[in-house]
Amino acid sequence: MAELGAQAHGTHHPGSAGARNPLQHHFTSLEQQREASSLGMWVFIAQEVLFFGGLFAAYTVYRSTYPEAFAAGSHHLSWKVGFFNTLVLIASSLTMAMGVYSAAIGKKQRVVAFILATILLGSVFLGVKYFEYGEKIRPCFGDGPHTGCLVPGARFDASALHLEGPAAGHAQIFFSLYFAMTGLHALHMIIGVPILLLIAYWAWRGRYSPEYHTPVELVGLYWHFVDIVWIFLFPLLYLIGSH
Amino acid sequence: MTSEPRSLPAEHYLKAGWDLKSWLLTTDHKRIGLLYLVSITLMFAIGSLYAGIVRWNLLVPDGSQMSAEAYNKAFTGHGVVMVFFFLIPSIPATLGNFLIPLMIGAKDLAFPRINLLSWYIYVIGAALTMWALVSGGLETGWTFYTPYSTVFAESNVEVAAIGIFVAGFSSILTGLNFIVTIHKMRAPGLTWFRLPLFVWAHYATSIIQVLGTPVVAITILLVALERIFHFGFFDPNRGGDPILFQHLFWFYSHPAVYIMILPSMGVISEIVTCFSRKRIFGYSFIAMSSLAIAAIGFLVWAHHMYVTGMAVYSAMVFSALTYLVAVPSAIKTFNWTATLFRGSVQWDTPMIYVFCFIGLFLIGGLTGLFLGNLGVDVHLTDTYFVVAHFHYIMVGGAIMGYLGALHFWWPKITGRKYVESWGKVSSLLVFVGFNLTFFPQFVLGYLGMPRRYHAYPEEFQILNVLSTAGATILGFGYMFPFSYLTHSIFRGEPAGDNPWGAKGLEWTTQSPPLTHNFDVIPVVTEEPYDYASPPKEAVRG
Amino acid sequence: MSTHHVVSWKVYVAVFLALAALTVITVQVAGHDFGPLNLVVALGVAITKATLVVLYFMHARYSPRLTGIVIASSLAFFAILLFLLLTDYLSRPWPLVAAG
Repeated sequence: MAELGAQAHGTHHPGSAGARNPLQHHFTSLEQQREASSLGMWVFIAQEVLFFGGLFAAYTVYRSTYPEAFAAGSHHLSWKVGFFNTLVLIASSLTMAMGVYSAAIGKKQRVVAFILATILLGSVFLGVKYFEYGEKIRPCFGDGPHTGCLVPGARFDASALHLEGPAAGHAQIFFSLYFAMTGLHALHMIIGVPILLLIAYWAWRGRYSPEYHTPVELVGLYWHFVDIVWIFLFPLLYLIGSH
Repeated sequence: MTSEPRSLPAEHYLKAGWDLKSWLLTTDHKRIGLLYLVSITLMFAIGSLYAGIVRWNLLVPDGSQMSAEAYNKAFTGHGVVMVFFFLIPSIPATLGNFLIPLMIGAKDLAFPRINLLSWYIYVIGAALTMWALVSGGLETGWTFYTPYSTVFAESNVEVAAIGIFVAGFSSILTGLNFIVTIHKMRAPGLTWFRLPLFVWAHYATSIIQVLGTPVVAITILLVALERIFHFGFFDPNRGGDPILFQHLFWFYSHPAVYIMILPSMGVISEIVTCFSRKRIFGYSFIAMSSLAIAAIGFLVWAHHMYVTGMAVYSAMVFSALTYLVAVPSAIKTFNWTATLFRGSVQWDTPMIYVFCFIGLFLIGGLTGLFLGNLGVDVHLTDTYFVVAHFHYIMVGGAIMGYLGALHFWWPKITGRKYVESWGKVSSLLVFVGFNLTFFPQFVLGYLGMPRRYHAYPEEFQILNVLSTAGATILGFGYMFPFSYLTHSIFRGEPAGDNPWGAKGLEWTTQSPPLTHNFDVIPVVTEEPYDYASPPKEAVRG
Repeated sequence: MSTHHVVSWKVYVAVFLALAALTVITVQVAGHDFGPLNLVVALGVAITKATLVVLYFMHARYSPRLTGIVIASSLAFFAILLFLLLTDYLSRPWPLVAAG
């Protein structure tokens, strides 16, 4: 079994990717373990494609049925905010990729720095989303006319969208999808941030090396996937019918 | 076969710790398989109780036994529990977990901790759903059709939906684990076309679990969101489309029925070849047909929706594809039959269940073709014909396979033999009870009795009474294996490594196996099911 | 992903710059009217961006063939969902052909 640098005692912690010996007992080699872990994450991502895919399918059906309401709803979203957030997320993918790269060449400090940068950028994205949601949700509370409330339901205010009649109801479908899709996406980022923190901590503790940094690779795959979802959400939600 | 042993081996996985912690924190795939076995047996009992309530109500035509609402809750509870908490996990989570590493010469699955997590997720999902069912119930049918479920139902739809959503991730993670394990952890020399057909079946099943379940997960989440936050996804008053719900729901729920049947088919392949003492006929066709069923199974979902108002041209497409999906199942049936031909048939309990499966699955499958036909389905949809059809597949097929599998691998799992005569008696009871329950339902459906109705026209009573009588016999039939199999754990005769003289790596290990399965990872040189040559001795380290 | 192949950091920076540029293009094309091709163009840009992320950031280009099969399968089944769903929605307005 390969000794890893200064970790001479190869203490067996069955089932734990421990600092001493990362090889888990049921695998015959570190290579097999890494390939299995990587395949596992890709299969998980495949499942996520179908998870978001259900929402994209619903979006496709409803957009083709209610083009006017969708265009009006989309117009109401701030494309500049969406554009900014898209760049932030793409930058976070760069820092994530650089983090994996740093692990592969054994630069521990840079791994931590890049992962922290990824977390920072991700947090900026989430912060922006918080404000975006806030301005749509706040008007829905309290008594009064609820002008500007864009949460679907009894208090939804379609007047800001300049829609009359049935199209006003259809606009609720747009916003249902807006909140569901960006909400699910944001939830994935909210789950990702603490995991990134954990990986950064373990990197700081010296757990990773060029021979073994699989967890960094895996969390990177997850983060890039979440970025890809946003790459589609941005034009589909923010840029409909801006002609 | 090896000579009769007097006792169980000194070391084995059941002895590796006796306390609760060693079970609840285990990462041993075999123990996890047993944890699932206990859980799903409990859920099967609950689902059966619901079935009993349904059949009891249908003894009289006027619906006087209980209120319509109570009846709706009964058939919904039956469906939800049986589909999501019994049939979907059944063979994969119990026997798949137990056997796949043994069959491929591995020491465990690829991700043992995720395996344990899958079980906990299942338990949490089951607990949530059961809480919803007992504290107010659910009366939407297991299909949750909108807008009834999202707008009008007054029951615990959100909680049940979330419980099912959670349980879905158990299924996804199990599938993920199996896919990675089968790709990456096969023993040296074990090429894809030397794999047991049980493994092929689970590989195909896992693909469906990974790609299909997320869609129903998001759909059921949308139902919960609509209930809680009043989003209008599926509310026609706000432009929502209830048919879209059905599309998204059935996109998973049709492939789900293949999750339920494929593992059972894998079991049949294993048993039929062993008890014919003959190499299985058409190995590669059976292997490939599992993949074909998984793939084509995703193309047919709207055959559940012909009469909903969906576009007729689309319905035609789905009907044609539905006929296509029957082909790989038929291929398997032909190959199993060809295996029997000129074989030396041994009539032990597992084999009896194989015969039950082949005959009853045939009937279930053929009646599926009637239902796949657009014109005929207009008359048969939402009648008891549909109910009979899917019970022939799920109970006559899947559960028979499950029982056969339990009996076949019981000696490996426990190290002990069950009493064979009890096995035969029970299988007879189950077979008779099953047919008496469900054959009348084909007739009822043909005559026009609708499903999910609390009361029915008087002229249907005699058939309903027969059906309930059958259900009673079936219920007793199921209690027998539960008791004699449990009894054999404590008092059964030690079985030895390979009591059936079967081929397959799992039979080269001791019974029960060691925690780490193999002291020395085997190297495979034989083709599968080579019954012409004598069975291998157990490999000891 | 292969531990034996470490991609140069310059590739990542180049991909990032391309993605940023494509994001600008995303906004630009949204302002033009391509008629019936509007959605196609918008999705085309998004797919290009996603492909870059998958191939380079996610190392799919340097990964075993199985990775590609997993990606392709997930997309294929999503496509099946979309396509067959649309056979319903898009053919609803079609006139019914009378038998005989």
